[in-house]
Amino acid sequence: MSIAEKFLTMEYGPAPEDPKEANSWLERHNRRFDHFINGTWQAPAAGAYFETLDPSNGEKLASVAQGTAADIDAAVHAARAAYPKWRALTPHIRARYLYALARLVQKHSRLLAVLETMDNGKPIRESRDIDIPLVARHFYYHAGWAQLLDQEFPDYESCGVVGQIIPWNFPLLMAAWKIAPALATGNTVVLKPAEFTSLTALALAELCQEAGLPAGVANIVTGDGSTGEALVKHPDVDKIAFTGSTEVGRAIRSANAASDKRLSLELGGKSPFIIFEDADLDSAVEGLVDGIWFNQGQVCCAGSRLLMQESIAEPLIGKIRERMSTLRIGPPLDKAIDIGAIVARAQLDRIQRMVGQGIAEGATCWQPHVTLPARGFYYPPTLLSNVHPTSIVAQQEIFGPVLAAMTFRTPQEAVELANNTVYGLAACVWSENINVSLHVAAQLKAGVVWVNCTNLFDASCGFGGYRESGYGREGGREGLLEYLTPAWFKKAPKLSATSEVKSPLLADAARSGAPQVSHDSEDLGENSGPPAIDRTVKLYIGGKQARPDSGYSMDVRSPDGHLLGEVSLGNRKDIRNAVEAARKASTWTKATAHNRAQVLYYCAENLSQRRDEIVHTLSRAVGERQAATELDLGIQRIFSYAAWADKFDGAVHNPPFRNIAIAMNEPIGTVGIICPTEAPLLGFLSLVMPALAVGNSVIAVPSETYPLITSDLYQLFDTSDMPGGAINIVTGYVSQLLKTLAEHDDVNAIWCFTDAASASAAKAMSVGNLKQVWTNEGRAIDWFDPKVAEGRWFLQHATQVKNIWVPYGE
Amino acid sequence: MPVHQNQADQDKAVAHKDDLARAHAAGSIATLTGRPLQANTGIPLDLNWVKDVRANTSAVERRAQTQVARRTVKKEWQAAWLLRAITCIDLTTLSGDDTDERVRRLCAKARQPIQQELVRQLKIEELDVKVAAVCVYHLFVETAVRALEGSGIPVAAVSTGFPAGLSPLAERVAEIRRSVEAGAQEIDVVITRAHVFGGAWQALYDEISVFKQACGPAHIKVILASGDLLTLRNVARASVVAMMAGADFIKTSTGKEPTNATLPVGLVMVRAIREYAQQTGMAVGFKAAGGIRTAKQSLDWLAMMKEELGLPWMQAPLFRLGASGLLGDIERQLEHHATGRYSADYRHPIA
Repeated sequence: MSIAEKFLTMEYGPAPEDPKEANSWLERHNRRFDHFINGTWQAPAAGAYFETLDPSNGEKLASVAQGTAADIDAAVHAARAAYPKWRALTPHIRARYLYALARLVQKHSRLLAVLETMDNGKPIRESRDIDIPLVARHFYYHAGWAQLLDQEFPDYESCGVVGQIIPWNFPLLMAAWKIAPALATGNTVVLKPAEFTSLTALALAELCQEAGLPAGVANIVTGDGSTGEALVKHPDVDKIAFTGSTEVGRAIRSANAASDKRLSLELGGKSPFIIFEDADLDSAVEGLVDGIWFNQGQVCCAGSRLLMQESIAEPLIGKIRERMSTLRIGPPLDKAIDIGAIVARAQLDRIQRMVGQGIAEGATCWQPHVTLPARGFYYPPTLLSNVHPTSIVAQQEIFGPVLAAMTFRTPQEAVELANNTVYGLAACVWSENINVSLHVAAQLKAGVVWVNCTNLFDASCGFGGYRESGYGREGGREGLLEYLTPAWFKKAPKLSATSEVKSPLLADAARSGAPQVSHDSEDLGENSGPPAIDRTVKLYIGGKQARPDSGYSMDVRSPDGHLLGEVSLGNRKDIRNAVEAARKASTWTKATAHNRAQVLYYCAENLSQRRDEIVHTLSRAVGERQAATELDLGIQRIFSYAAWADKFDGAVHNPPFRNIAIAMNEPIGTVGIICPTEAPLLGFLSLVMPALAVGNSVIAVPSETYPLITSDLYQLFDTSDMPGGAINIVTGYVSQLLKTLAEHDDVNAIWCFTDAASASAAKAMSVGNLKQVWTNEGRAIDWFDPKVAEGRWFLQHATQVKNIWVPYGE
Repeated sequence: MPVHQNQADQDKAVAHKDDLARAHAAGSIATLTGRPLQANTGIPLDLNWVKDVRANTSAVERRAQTQVARRTVKKEWQAAWLLRAITCIDLTTLSGDDTDERVRRLCAKARQPIQQELVRQLKIEELDVKVAAVCVYHLFVETAVRALEGSGIPVAAVSTGFPAGLSPLAERVAEIRRSVEAGAQEIDVVITRAHVFGGAWQALYDEISVFKQACGPAHIKVILASGDLLTLRNVARASVVAMMAGADFIKTSTGKEPTNATLPVGLVMVRAIREYAQQTGMAVGFKAAGGIRTAKQSLDWLAMMKEELGLPWMQAPLFRLGASGLLGDIERQLEHHATGRYSADYRHPIA
């Protein structure tokens, strides 16, 4: 075709990026890659390799080593050996290594971009303009944290050896998200890239060599799911960081239930994309393009559920279709292609199957007239309208360029529909009205909310989900904490079988002359004077004393076997009722921080007033000295969290865009707390108070040692204006109540601070809704030491960070 | 692999040509997604529409930014696009030191924007590439008309107290009439920015309506002076009012404002054009003016037109680039395409 003809048609024509350099890089490696272990390339122990393909044409790119348990073991061993030296380096030296990696990524940016596109199928303009620059940014940002670590996190330590498993949708970016914060905080890593896309991680291994990173600090073992499983189950790994499907995340949680490995999970999503009638509709449509047609829709935070206000649904659908018609789908190495290839045949099949199912369930399918390349794995941009919330395409993650559209009538309904999902990764809100957009953003259950923008990422902003989208954050200060452990906790001894308290501070407290118990009231023990008036300790549910469903009570005995009293024997139905009550406690969860503080102060006031009486009864279980100390420190603890209630602020991050990115600390929701045995009152307050202070509602199970404390506590709450349902107390056999709480799908977090076995049980039984689990890992916590037993560490676990991005400009 | 893609593109192009044929048969001047559109005759002022206009600055800027990164043309396609850009240029001189002789030189360049030798090398003799129009002050309209006689290139005159537009209305209207009488076929008018700042949409509508009437058969291009209006919402609203009042073209800038034609401003305006076409069935042209100096910029603007409005808006009847220096850079790029060597500005005849 001549220039003259092209002058008439004005088509774009091909604009291919040259893959020559990437191909010669592959040739230099003879198109065969071993594992990167201990700073060198090591052949797989079993000698097996698998092929990695270019999804744009189905051709083989290279052979990659299939990792086995033996390879994982070698890598973990190398990481363990490298750990002491690496963590002992000064933060500044670690910062230099990360800085060098950032520089190297930039120096080799085009090779990495082309390689990524060849291996994954994403358009070169995305790998070139989005993925690789973010990789460099991530290393730069964390080089900064490495430098500042000692000043900013003085009481924290690295976890140790971290096993990291990443997905195929952003291969190098996910590697950077994992490796940079881990190394910055002094951990060593074993990374397993996704089977479909190992190449850029291996190129990164080369950059680690070039940067002179000490051997064993970063190891890369390639392979399939079985390789990942071996890493997850390796006993010498201290933490697992996983990004991938919710299904696999659940399996990892289960597999690790019996260990004390830290775990962070970044899982799936079905993110809502809400468009209000007062939005800039043309821009919102472009937002959708960046949302669901970014990376072929293979994005965990893709805005895959379109929620349109009814009044604009029709014109909006028209605009979306028009825009879909100008999307260019084709060979991803072409610089003017919007939609490249789906990563693999299996994924393409899944997309086709799910769309078919959606249509069968009544959805209307629309696709623009596009000619797909004859070879390779391609799927056209797809709009499914008339989708109902019940449809599979509205519920399940498709992970393809498929948008499911629904309508809503009011902002309230938009929120309800948006939150009608087991996921909670991201959400978009489009409205020109700041009141509407921020009000809706605040109510969305999602770790990231983009207002009038989509899929913006930056190393400085935490990314991660609510609900079954996982736990933990990546990026920002909040992401760093995933790779740090309080130094004292790392050293904390295993909790002994007895509930005897060995706190040096307890002795100190007693010596320092804490007010002693006065004995002016008559002792009403069994053997003296007239029989005491029987005091029935009931359950405390929804702000009312409640008889147990079972109709039974259980005996409570002192350490030497005397009967101290009886408490209600709560069962699963009582837990059910308590969770329902907690759910309804909006007077508390929506109260202002100031008001919550007022109520907590009032609790402290009333506890102080009833001090002697409670010390007297508590002392029968733990002795007078401990009882007095528990009470006095308990008052202080309540004061601490009353003080914190309006001070546990979020942050405003500084991503390189013109916007404000607000990191809000939000309560997790309904928290189930299994209280420690060794300090019946102080332990209870140390966990329940931080949870309440930030606006959670709580179901607490007091220790079996002395559940009689319940009656004192509910009288305390009743007289302190604590709204009903904010705190619910269920006594009974802890193991049974733990099971019901951990399995309950309407409980958002389970905290278990008894023994190691209970901690494991809590983890194993929480996988149903992947609730956040926090335990003492069976370690002893000195509840009498405010340095360890109160403060930010507790508040961090009581909250989850929501990042709200609000670009501005006129 | 690209073969398939090209085939698809060609199919689309053929389909598009069919659309055009149908459109011409129906007496329309363009199509938008298959729908034939008439020339703009204006509609009554619809204040609700004006008030409902939204433009989210950050999102518009992002789209403008990424679009440039998402689209590129190479090799023969690039040459074809650059030639197309030439045919959309309103070759302009609007300086205090303009003289008749300077205008005649400009007109000579307009007739023959590329050297004969280059035309032969590119094998585009059949295209008879010329610029879209020559744009001058009223004083030079007659000179330009004479200089362009027989070329088919229209003369455009800036009018209505250009660039500030603050002379008395009667004088501004008289100015239009004088230019039309002198032979100008296109009139570039400026609006009273104060009407936009004051939200005086009726006043703005009336002003442009009067201008339109005065233009008679000449095409009216309404300059919004986006560099003065500043906010994208102002630009969007002014675009809508100008179209309602009967603008044949809406134009970004005078070239005399602090900031000239930017892609975000252009994006807001072409989106308004699209909306107007969909609502009324009438096609309004778009002119980007001021600060467009490089061949690359002209490709970015063409790509925006293709993405947002389609092929009819990549041609002179509905798309213009107001520029003076641009042509030289395009010529250099074309010569590079023809010879493989980078060219120098002194090798190409100046205007």
